[in-house]
Amino acid sequence: MNRTAYDSVKTARGNDRPTGLDYIKEIFSEFFELHGDRRFADDPAVVGGIARLSGRPVTVIAIEKGHTVKERAARFFGAPGPEGYRKALRLMKQAEKFGRPVICFVDTSGAYCGVGAEERGQGQAIAENLMTMMGLSVPVIAVLIGEGGSGGALALAVADRVWMLENAIYSVISPEGCASILWKDAGKAGEAAACLKLTAQDAKAFGFAEEIISEEQLGQQPFYAELRRKLAEETEILLNTPDLKEKRYERFRAFGRSSL
Amino acid sequence: MVPMIYVSWKAGERMPILNFRRRPQNELERGGRSRARVDQTDPETTCPNCHRSMPVSSVWANKNVCPGCGHHYRTGARQRIRFLADEGSFQEMFSDIVSEDPLKFPGYTRKLAVVGAASNENEAVVCGTAAIGGQKCCLFVMEPQFMMGSMGAAVGERITRLFEYAAEGGLPVVGFTVSGGARMQEGLFSLMQMAKTSGAVLRHSEKGLLYLTVLTSPTTGGVTASFAMEGDIILAEPGATIGFAGARVVEQTTRKPLPKGFQTAESMLEHGFVDAIVPRNRQRKVIAGILRLHTGGVK
Repeated sequence: MNRTAYDSVKTARGNDRPTGLDYIKEIFSEFFELHGDRRFADDPAVVGGIARLSGRPVTVIAIEKGHTVKERAARFFGAPGPEGYRKALRLMKQAEKFGRPVICFVDTSGAYCGVGAEERGQGQAIAENLMTMMGLSVPVIAVLIGEGGSGGALALAVADRVWMLENAIYSVISPEGCASILWKDAGKAGEAAACLKLTAQDAKAFGFAEEIISEEQLGQQPFYAELRRKLAEETEILLNTPDLKEKRYERFRAFGRSSL
Repeated sequence: MVPMIYVSWKAGERMPILNFRRRPQNELERGGRSRARVDQTDPETTCPNCHRSMPVSSVWANKNVCPGCGHHYRTGARQRIRFLADEGSFQEMFSDIVSEDPLKFPGYTRKLAVVGAASNENEAVVCGTAAIGGQKCCLFVMEPQFMMGSMGAAVGERITRLFEYAAEGGLPVVGFTVSGGARMQEGLFSLMQMAKTSGAVLRHSEKGLLYLTVLTSPTTGGVTASFAMEGDIILAEPGATIGFAGARVVEQTTRKPLPKGFQTAESMLEHGFVDAIVPRNRQRKVIAGILRLHTGGVK
């Protein structure tokens, strides 16, 4: 294994990887999509709804990138705007009301960057998600299936369990952005990627992710079946965990403490 | 051009009256050099907004606000605390929590030492307890001189502890934000501080306690997307830049000129994301008033 961090970045961004909707279709049954944030619009970059996970009703939320160029453009390349985060927030609160576990599939290069998104409070939308997710009484599992781009990804990943695919990445800034700030040269993204420690293996070593999902059979039936089994098992465990909220707080509370 | 009648005059005399509408074309015509301040103990500064020159002392005396146009200069944490807190009331806390280099990021340790020396602070936020107009509260003020108030693990930890302390003691929290966002050099450790601080804000909030933020220029990135926007009451300084993505990034991505006033406190007010814009010289009074309105309700 001589894969560099930047190889993972390229793999994570690959066009042919399964996207959020693929996971929903393959893992869950009776998926019924729910649209809109009830405030302004429906964000196509975030797909959410109710479904069954091995029989149990759950709320599932996924960032969808699309496969073809046309799909990708229609999904805003998987960059959620404030409406996307507010839709997710609405569905999570709904899940809490009905006691459904929440499962999020995260795959974004970052929150949408645009005038409208800023004017409708991109920062506020993310902040509200972070705070609300910290207080959710139902279990939350986040699976990072591709790119985990900064606050835009975190806004759906304040979870009791964070799992990452083998080649998924999770970073505070894109390696290109980091390289252009550090060395004024976006071409040095490879070096930046290594410095940022953004691979799933790094995230697990530091404790940001609990588990790494093997990509050996990525996109094939056994892969989804195994993920379904793991998700069902983990939701069961979390549903029987007392003081879930407390434990989630402690999970995030610990980050940075050890390094100080 | 105003028609000009040429009249000769001796140096040192006043300009001929007929010439009074003509704007001086250069420093010499203005008689600038002879009037230049020699007093080096009080150098002049030029306001970046109205371009007026004035002695630094007059800006300082005006709480770092341009006396001419009201431009709010960027201001350090200690100075803000002096403007805001009752004299001698500020008790600093958690100043022993400082950044480490969890990722062994190239150049980070050296950078910390350099900005530490330049800013005279050991982290990008100063926390403690204070009284504002006699109202006791927990106070945090971010420091623009320290890596542009960026949030690493130490900033997150200090703010989290402050909220935990405030929740325990039943105190309101007043926070001044100025930040470029999460601190890149600490990678995910920085990013996770957004969730961590949000959790602490929530716990404080669940106790029925007040959290008031004042957004100062610039408040952006991961700080906007976490505790800056989570206040019960959100105030902003006039003209402050407030946003998530940097304006330049938005412009480069959209390849369109940005609307006028984009990401200013004024436009945030217009779009409903801040409660009020409060100039620096009124902040103390306004904050004290709000704190007073929240006493008695909490048991």
